[in-house]
Amino acid sequence: MEWIEREQAAKDRLVINKKSSSVKKERRGKAVILGTALLIILATIAITLFLVSKGLQSFVVNGVSPIEFISSTEWSPSNEKFGALPFIFGSFAVTVLSALIAAPLGIGAAIFMTEIAPSWGQRILQPVVELLVGIPSVVYGFIGLTVVVPFIRENVGGQGFGLLAGTVVLSIMILPTITSISTDAMRSLPGGLRESSYAVGATRWQTIYRVLVPAASPVLLTAVVLGMARAFGEALAVQMVIGNSRDIASSLVESTGTLTTIITLNIGHTTFGSLDNNVLWSLGLILLIMSYVFIIIIRYLSSRRKI
Amino acid sequence: MNAKMTDKLATAVFVSMAAIIVTVLAGLLGYIVFHGFPKLTFDFLTSPPSSFQAGGGVGPQLFNSFYILFLTMLFTVPLGLGGGIYMAEYAKPGRVTEFIRSCIEVLASLPSIVIGMFGLLAFVNLTGWGYTIIGGAFALTVFNLPVMVRVCEDAIRSVPKEQKEASLALGITHIETIRTVLLPASFPAILTGAILASGRVFGEAAALLYTAGLTTPRLDWGTWNPFSESSPLNIFRPAETLAVHIWKVNTQGLIPDIREVADGASAVLVLSVLLFNLIARIAGSYIYKKMTAQK
Repeated sequence: MEWIEREQAAKDRLVINKKSSSVKKERRGKAVILGTALLIILATIAITLFLVSKGLQSFVVNGVSPIEFISSTEWSPSNEKFGALPFIFGSFAVTVLSALIAAPLGIGAAIFMTEIAPSWGQRILQPVVELLVGIPSVVYGFIGLTVVVPFIRENVGGQGFGLLAGTVVLSIMILPTITSISTDAMRSLPGGLRESSYAVGATRWQTIYRVLVPAASPVLLTAVVLGMARAFGEALAVQMVIGNSRDIASSLVESTGTLTTIITLNIGHTTFGSLDNNVLWSLGLILLIMSYVFIIIIRYLSSRRKI
Repeated sequence: MNAKMTDKLATAVFVSMAAIIVTVLAGLLGYIVFHGFPKLTFDFLTSPPSSFQAGGGVGPQLFNSFYILFLTMLFTVPLGLGGGIYMAEYAKPGRVTEFIRSCIEVLASLPSIVIGMFGLLAFVNLTGWGYTIIGGAFALTVFNLPVMVRVCEDAIRSVPKEQKEASLALGITHIETIRTVLLPASFPAILTGAILASGRVFGEAAALLYTAGLTTPRLDWGTWNPFSESSPLNIFRPAETLAVHIWKVNTQGLIPDIREVADGASAVLVLSVLLFNLIARIAGSYIYKKMTAQK
């Protein structure tokens, strides 16, 4: 009896037998897996379509002028004036400023980990970077509110709320992104590059500055762009420290706003479908377009990767 | 200045940059734990918040955070696993694969507030549910999916090729090979990745503001029927999570002890994320050792 069972089992496993359960199982498994892959495509297309059609409503249905929308500085929903320039400017300003602080620090830390103290430096900095990634953005906002804002108020001037506070908070938030990708970039450089530079008598600084950083530059730039993308889209941490006024920032310590902060504050308080609400979706559309722009920049950079 | 001096100076600059980063983290953690830890009493962690008086807790918020995290992972783990298996095992190089990869990239780079806006449109208004736990969990699924797909794909790809080929050579079908060889071998990496992703989901707030909402109804901790209005398990009730609560008390709070509540809640969040990190490391290496019979 036993040998019959064994033979049947062997037959079941033969792939040639189309009716066997294992072929059916294979097909079923493949269908499920293909389904989840399709769901990813579906989600991406749905998000893009929904937000684009909703974001265009204020222009198409309500007749807001797109040119005025992105060029006027007057935002007063009660007078039906929708000039989003202060928020667009605010978003770009905090993004660029925080990248200016975080990029040198992050790339510097990456170089420290790979070139200066590869053993102990990495053992300390690696977990530090991982933990910084893990701290939730509201906690960064809360720290900004209780530490950074009072510090600026007392030492720099103004109310404390403003671009400067936003920049400080965001640069700490994007630091781990820039550091970890830069570290990977520096580490994946071929060792021969380093050694041949040392062999011709270059000092460590000369090697870093003239050989390693130029060789890794496309990836280092990618790291900075990814950090900027994160800064551009961050909502709550910035909202808590930037002051949320509707005026274009005239100084670093004056209260202002960004695309994300005005959306966060108002989308829950305006009636869905009203003009006041529709213009917020148009601001969301700008966020969506910008995240596509960041992806295109990253694609371009990675096609230029030298090594 | 000669080359050697410049080199020394540069080294000093790099060392100080690393020191700045370590100091920032130490300062952050120290500040949060120092201010928040004394507030973490049993009463604070279990009692409901009060809207006007001092002395409220974060009990419902803490429960909501874990409940939404649980639901999100319930959706994301199978989906991420499916996507990861597809990308690692079935996807042939070509346009379709390239397109899926682009989609994952787009999803991963969308700001969480944009995902929240999509959630508001799709899971709140279109479905007519209003602010619900399930809507929040769906939004977070979208938020977490690209991360889980990448984790699973990398984990499956890192299984030695010989193991897979040995299984296929024995006449075992592809799907069976995935189930019995590849998945067990990549399990530790997937588990570690999933726990780390949980930390990210646990602290997320922007995607939840307008999907799971800013309020929690009065909960009756005796009702465990998920269809009852006041049951904590009801997935069609609004639910404010801990991260959202920190934002709310700081921006529109009316209670006099905003600072204390925010301190305590921040400490809970940060300590939870630390715990997630720690568990991920320990669990990952423990299971790996167990499975590979390494001492």
